[in-house]
Amino acid sequence: MPDPERPEPAGYDPVGPRPKEAVSPTGQGGPMDLALDEAESVEGIEKTAGPGASGPRERARSLWSDAWHQLRRNPVFIVSAALILFLVLIAIWPQLIASGDPLQCDLSKSQQGSAPGHPFGYDTQGCDVYTRTVYGARASITVGVCATLGAALLGSALGGLAGFFGGWGDSLLSRVADIFFGIPVVLGGLVFLSVVTSTTVWPVVGFIVLLGWPQIARIARGSVITAKQNDYVQAARALGAGNARMLLRHVAPNAVAPVIVVATIALGTYIALEATLSFLGVGLRPPTVSWGIDISNAASQIRNAPHMLLWPAGALSITVLAFIMLGDAVRDALDPKLR
Amino acid sequence: MAESLLEVKDLVKYYPLTQGVLFRKQVGAVKAVDGVSFGLRAGETLGIVGESGCGKSTVARMLVSLERPTAGSITYKGEDISRLSGRALKAVRRNIQMVFQDPYTSLNPRMTVGDIIGEPYEIHPEVAPKGDRRRKVQELLDVVPDLGLYINRYPHQFSGGQRQRIGIARGLALQPEIIVADEPVSALDVSVQAQVVNLLEKLQDEFGLSYVFIAHDLSIVRHISDRVGVMYLGRIVEIGTDAEIYEHPTHPYTQALLSAVPVPDPQARAHRERIILSGDVPSPANPPSGCRFRTRCWKAQERCTTEVPLLAVPEVFTSGPAAHPSACHFAAEKRVVPHMPPQEGGRPVGKDTD
Repeated sequence: MPDPERPEPAGYDPVGPRPKEAVSPTGQGGPMDLALDEAESVEGIEKTAGPGASGPRERARSLWSDAWHQLRRNPVFIVSAALILFLVLIAIWPQLIASGDPLQCDLSKSQQGSAPGHPFGYDTQGCDVYTRTVYGARASITVGVCATLGAALLGSALGGLAGFFGGWGDSLLSRVADIFFGIPVVLGGLVFLSVVTSTTVWPVVGFIVLLGWPQIARIARGSVITAKQNDYVQAARALGAGNARMLLRHVAPNAVAPVIVVATIALGTYIALEATLSFLGVGLRPPTVSWGIDISNAASQIRNAPHMLLWPAGALSITVLAFIMLGDAVRDALDPKLR
Repeated sequence: MAESLLEVKDLVKYYPLTQGVLFRKQVGAVKAVDGVSFGLRAGETLGIVGESGCGKSTVARMLVSLERPTAGSITYKGEDISRLSGRALKAVRRNIQMVFQDPYTSLNPRMTVGDIIGEPYEIHPEVAPKGDRRRKVQELLDVVPDLGLYINRYPHQFSGGQRQRIGIARGLALQPEIIVADEPVSALDVSVQAQVVNLLEKLQDEFGLSYVFIAHDLSIVRHISDRVGVMYLGRIVEIGTDAEIYEHPTHPYTQALLSAVPVPDPQARAHRERIILSGDVPSPANPPSGCRFRTRCWKAQERCTTEVPLLAVPEVFTSGPAAHPSACHFAAEKRVVPHMPPQEGGRPVGKDTD
């Protein structure tokens, strides 16, 4: 057996307000000191070590705060987050940047180009394209956010439970998810939504959740199965922890990252899907202002008045891009292997 | 023989092999553990050694009720704990805890050290009243050197040895009587291994713990164990005190294992004989008939294929250190650890020797 003498001095003294100094004198090559050094240097100077015995009030970084620190330095995240913040703002208060009424139209100005006070020009009905583009954000953001929340909650709950408990429930859920996967989006939308008469966004949200949950459920199931095989879950079981504790404290926090990533990326595609359905005439209905509807109306006039198409289509592309970029940045930040 | 704290009898674990997608039908079984019996006395350390895949870890997981045995019993203080569930199982778990092999996966990366070590008290609130928990956790961290100051840190901020000590502190939290350590030092550097093993010994003296210490490193097992069991392919082939096993091995497999232990003395090394086994461990799904070691044994004869050797003191040894249970029809002493000068003219008996 190797010599049991510990290589580093036992008196380790981080007490005091100078955490950096407290570590450096003990850095004598012992493996723990090296590891601690690394931990210190990662944490930088924001750590303030208190007296040891009474429980120091140091702020340790978890994966989440690590991810947040990385995100804050990522230009992709900053740009996309700023865009999304802006979009959310105008979705809630479109009056902030548009003074007109999107439903107040003047047929005499049909398809006219930009004019003072109406920078994007007019559409076929003579409505202000700028105002309609601004107001259209609300429908897109509402559908995107609500559909993503619904799909993520439903999918991760079902997939997580199936992955954790396994057995016939898991098999059943996986097959049901396969069936929903098999539904072609556009065909399914045409069939389901053509029978709906409501003019609100909710049927569209419901349809997207219906088609979107299996993807999240698969991801959640896979990552729960990976997480539950970890020794720390076995350790909790050996301590006598019940299923609820194991699932909520040990499995879920370690399995949620991929779900968040996929959901963020899916948000962009759901917004595009809403526009697609509206374009096909089965999504949102006219009193609602939506980019999809406007694009649909403008498509036939593309030669006469391209501005009618370009502005809402551009707004849609930028929104979708912003959410996908956000998802990408979140994925990079939550994947420790890329760090 | 002193009263056993834990008595394992004919423990069997088969993992079914199934075929078919919709209608599963069993086509066989992996016989991971096939009839293991041993006793653990209060305050002693029982080492279990064996190569990878011999069922050591499965035994450990059955001892802490992470797996349910297919057959056999685990008796703790007169009660069979292998079939318990619910409240009774939870009560037994307080007394039998586990230290895991890999300190990098056995701690939840999302929990602080204080939360990890405090969790046992949340699960078993009767051990420590709510206001008392923080103090208890701090006490535990003080028992385990060097960690007391880092109660709010996360596991990734610690080295492997520190993490393993956190794992040990978690195992100690409920003041168990038995700790099952499943290769607790295999994932650590040699220098850190010594620290952890010495810590385990210190804690044993302090709290009167009994250990089941599972490892494949024979030197460490010898260092820490009072008794040693040698496993091969799901069975214990030889069991005895550390002196009996290391100085007077009678089972050919034990002898082969011991002959592979590195000898730090080059003089002795030059004289020692190495027994090199040919072939691989047979599949536990289809183990050899009779003696399971016969396919790799140089002593194997007709009798070994038909008759399963029982784990009992061989008849040829009536007294002395060689008289300990050994599951071999042709048990014979053979000194393989060169403590004394090797005998002159000792002819190598292995199939290949160097």
